[in-house]
Amino acid sequence: MDWFSLSNEEWTAVHLSLRIATVAMIASLPFGIAVGLLLARGHFWGKSLLNGLVHLPLILPPVVIGFILLILFGRRGPVGAFLAENLGIVLSFKWTGAALACAVMGFPLMVRSIRLSIEAVDRGLEDAASTLGASPVWVFITVTLPLVLPGIIAGMILSFAKAMGEFGATITFVSNIPGETQTLSAAIYTFTQVPGGDAGAFRLTIISIIISMAALMASEFMAYLVGRKVTAS
Amino acid sequence: MKLIFEARRKLGAFQLDAAFNSDGGVTALFGASGSGKTSVIRMLTGLSRPDEGRIIFDDDVIVDTVRGIFVPKHKRRFGVVFQDARLFPHLSVRQNLNYGRWFVPKSKRDSFAPIVDLLGLNFLLDRRPGNLSGGEKQRVAIGRALLSSPRLLLMDEPLAALDETRKAEILPYLEALRDKMNIPIIYVSHSVTEVARLADKVIVMDNGAVAMAGAVTDVLNQPSISMVHSRREAGTLIEGKVIHHDAKHRLTTIGFESSQFFVHGPEVAEGKTVRMYVLAKDVMLSTVYPQSVSALNILEGKIAAILTNAEGTVDIQIDCQGAALLSRITTLSRDRMMLREGMTIYAIIKTVALEPR
Repeated sequence: MDWFSLSNEEWTAVHLSLRIATVAMIASLPFGIAVGLLLARGHFWGKSLLNGLVHLPLILPPVVIGFILLILFGRRGPVGAFLAENLGIVLSFKWTGAALACAVMGFPLMVRSIRLSIEAVDRGLEDAASTLGASPVWVFITVTLPLVLPGIIAGMILSFAKAMGEFGATITFVSNIPGETQTLSAAIYTFTQVPGGDAGAFRLTIISIIISMAALMASEFMAYLVGRKVTAS
Repeated sequence: MKLIFEARRKLGAFQLDAAFNSDGGVTALFGASGSGKTSVIRMLTGLSRPDEGRIIFDDDVIVDTVRGIFVPKHKRRFGVVFQDARLFPHLSVRQNLNYGRWFVPKSKRDSFAPIVDLLGLNFLLDRRPGNLSGGEKQRVAIGRALLSSPRLLLMDEPLAALDETRKAEILPYLEALRDKMNIPIIYVSHSVTEVARLADKVIVMDNGAVAMAGAVTDVLNQPSISMVHSRREAGTLIEGKVIHHDAKHRLTTIGFESSQFFVHGPEVAEGKTVRMYVLAKDVMLSTVYPQSVSALNILEGKIAAILTNAEGTVDIQIDCQGAALLSRITTLSRDRMMLREGMTIYAIIKTVALEPR
């Protein structure tokens, strides 16, 4: 067995992981911004309840989250049945379900990062923009959003990294089906369970390190670009 | 232009109940900190609402609590210059200046170049706000407000955050703005010298209410005004006409009432009306005519009143042939010179102590 060339099965796991993490990150972004904004700026009844709910995946064991998703989004679950009947979307035991599980697990990290950066925005700048004639929507697009961009990027990277490493919730919700829901982590786990699987586990571990490092460096670079623009020296 | 402002608002223990009008030019809102100036400007801007009251600009009702009218801040077209410049850090100076223009229909836009020239911003356009000095930032902020084509310019202590050098650097730009742009300005300040230099009309705020209002020369020469500003700034505002400018000595002769003043500095056009604020602490007194002193301005007058201050100083009001001057001396000097009301006295003012409008 060659130590450095990946088998088709391994490639599939890598591809799948990248696709799931990317979809999870992008799909949760609008919700992350909306909830971050709500938590940073909103004054409403049940704000601490929403905050607690968002942070739940951080506190609960991932297996519990996976089980809750199974109950809610499974074929016979209230949400799952609705989606399947009306929109034809089936999440359980599909890669899209894995993306959902990863998005949910990464959500608190994303929201936290975005919320903190929104709280750091000087409200005086927004007031200045509105006295110059900008409506609230324009103020958000032209002033608030560019200023919170570093926080959004950091939140996206955290969500992506969490998705790459997610294991418990995914395997509970969508199982470990090669080519459909077997992510990098699940593939490594599977290799360690079979005799002689060490080489495959080792190769995937290397890949996993490379992807994580690349994501980290990309985020550092983007933060540098944005930071240079905002602080402007 | 006509602005009507009437508002009542309760903020904890502080009660604002103020009403004033403005009909163009520069109207200064003047008062100590906590007197309610900022509350007024926030209501004009639209950042806060009065409990009761109305704001009317020309025929346009901006706020009327009885009729339930409240025009939101982005629809008022009131340009605002804040104490901290509040430039957008993610945009260049040029983009900052253009920000407000995006929201003005093309046909109504003020042209970019004259305002940039007026404020001397040409060399800053491609810079980022992060590396501008405090004075430069404030000039950009003024330009940005002007380029949003406002109907009224609100300036909330635009110089308060700057040191003396920066203030001196920016004041000429404000004067140019007042003289060349045809825009009414509400100027909030607690500095007498700024108000004396810039304003046409002064509204004095004290404890949430309007204490005095009127033309700047009338209001600033009221003895009771010293209750409002810091005592160190007590003085007299003098308005006169330029008679002559001596280029060799860079001296301008200014006539007012029956007296003449010499002011050192750059040339001012003859016949122009100028204003000078003479600080009481810059006026020296002598009981005999001083024969050989370097000061050029020596005015003969009679002591009209002697007002005792708490800090061991007295303010001497002098009637110089119809014009009033204020001099601050120590109680020791008063006793040594045996000053009393009605006495003939010579007021000595160093030329450099004056600053023409």
